Amino acid sequence: MISIRNLSVDFDDFHLREVDLEVEAGDFFVLLGPTGAGKTVLLEAVTGIAPVTAGSIRISGKEITALPPEKRHAGIVYQDYALFPHLSVEENIRFGLKYMRQAGGAAGRHEQRDIEERFDFLAAELALHSLLHRMPETLSGGEMQRTALARALITDPEVLLLDEPLSALDPAFREEIRRMLKRLHADTGKTFLMVTHDFSEALSLGGRGAVINNGRIEQTGKIAEIFRKPTSPFVAGFVGMKNVLEAEFFESGTLARTGGLELRLASLEDRPAGPPSSGASGETVEHGFLAVRPEDIVLSTEPIRSSMRNSFTARVQAVIDRGMACEVLLGAGSTKLTAHVTRGSVLDLELHEGKEIWCSFKATAVHRF
Amino acid sequence: MEMMTAPEPEMLAQTLRDREVVKAIWLSISTAGAAAGLSFLFGTPLAYLLSRTSFPGKRVVESIIDLPIVIPHPVIGIAILSVAGRNHWLGALMQEAGIHIMGSVGGIITVLTFVGLPLYVNAAKAGFEAVGPRLERVSRTLGAPPAATFFRITFPLARRSMLVGIVMCIARAVSEFGAVVIVAYHPMIAPVLIFERYEAFGLKYSQPVAFWLIAVSLSLFLLLRTLTVREEKQGKRRPGGGPAGSELAGSGLS
Repeated sequence: MISIRNLSVDFDDFHLREVDLEVEAGDFFVLLGPTGAGKTVLLEAVTGIAPVTAGSIRISGKEITALPPEKRHAGIVYQDYALFPHLSVEENIRFGLKYMRQAGGAAGRHEQRDIEERFDFLAAELALHSLLHRMPETLSGGEMQRTALARALITDPEVLLLDEPLSALDPAFREEIRRMLKRLHADTGKTFLMVTHDFSEALSLGGRGAVINNGRIEQTGKIAEIFRKPTSPFVAGFVGMKNVLEAEFFESGTLARTGGLELRLASLEDRPAGPPSSGASGETVEHGFLAVRPEDIVLSTEPIRSSMRNSFTARVQAVIDRGMACEVLLGAGSTKLTAHVTRGSVLDLELHEGKEIWCSFKATAVHRF
Repeated sequence: MEMMTAPEPEMLAQTLRDREVVKAIWLSISTAGAAAGLSFLFGTPLAYLLSRTSFPGKRVVESIIDLPIVIPHPVIGIAILSVAGRNHWLGALMQEAGIHIMGSVGGIITVLTFVGLPLYVNAAKAGFEAVGPRLERVSRTLGAPPAATFFRITFPLARRSMLVGIVMCIARAVSEFGAVVIVAYHPMIAPVLIFERYEAFGLKYSQPVAFWLIAVSLSLFLLLRTLTVREEKQGKRRPGGGPAGSELAGSGLS
């Protein structure tokens, strides 16, 4: 559907380098990355606004790298919605229709009746009927967003690009718009490419996705997969794995040593294979990273008998109240770990700075990359 | 105030019947209008370019555009004459084409365009800058080519600023004296006529002409003032201008 190959872009202060991305037809693809990673620039490269310095972009097999924005059939909804302030909601939505009728090819086949049907469908789907005569400045954030979505979708674009669709909204609206986006994606069957810096948005919306950092794609795959098995320290940190440690791996990768700790890992087939480095004869030593989610670490005052194969003592360095949960900073040897526990546990375990405590987690909770 | 009350009504009416006066004021207004028209024609693309692109030497270009605002007006007149003279290639070229700057209506319009253009360009540029580039980008992704994007998005949103620029340009051109008097003493525009009447007959005879010129200029400024006041009110609700420009565009100025 969208096929980006070896793309490099220099636009304003943003630079993309050798980006490869494959988005399948009908997918809800989420491009994840921190602010300033070049996400919006990638969208603008697809729409034709940001000039491409190298590489190619194809939509539905058609090479569009050299086409002007108006010939690409890629609709965009910006974070600030960019509604035309001098036009009413209806005029905003109908803005692009004029050019569909003029254009030849696929878009030109649409008859007036189809257009009116689509207008009614979108107005109903996005609950815009009562807003059609309002001016953009009188709308709420969610209403503006719905207008911008309708404006982009009515021209029947091949792909809809969404620039941080939820982050500018009031938290109360977010859930509503999230559900609406999901429904809209299902009902229109269009390919959505959304960028966001919020991993939880990606988890709740996306099918497949990619993580971008400093203008480069770090990892691509199913969102749930990226969440479970990050392949780089950056991605691990980005998806909320706090305990990212550099380690050496032994015994076919089932044993890891890091900062005075020995940790057991689940067997190899669950993990992506890392490149082996030359080690001693007989035993292969590999260097890499491992990560443990804070919520996977169980704290106890006594060693617990269970299937958890990693168990060691650590000293509490700080207890930070995070509202719903508490974050416990731990020191084990030279290794620093973060665990998430409930407020109740903090009281039960009498956690305080300097207290010695048992940390346990399963071998499968240790992620290697 | 003294200027407006000193001439007697009888004198004023009589001055209005003076064909020379009416001709001069009409020449002032029409050449100023022509200068504003030229500024609109050439200044609009220039202002758009300056607001949307950055290129090496952009500041130099902007400084050159602003130059007529800062240098003394007789100097502008002299500069134009030197370029338009027979000894200069541009002047020779213009003579060849039958365009005469010295002592002609064309010369007056050239001078007035020169002094009025910076005001229009700056106002229009500010107007274009206030229109978010994102709006233009969205318009393009919706299928609108660059020209359609300009006329459907940028122009309606910047229209008010452009109109203010036109009014400022006209007002500036109507009040020009120093540069015009050097390039074209004849045919006489109103400020030159006032100067001549004062020199030849004295204060009493120059005042009525001045009265009418002030009346015309003042009404222009009043219009400008109403426009900017409305702009401020609109701006609070609607950044980037609004659709109300249509009724103003019909006010006979442009």
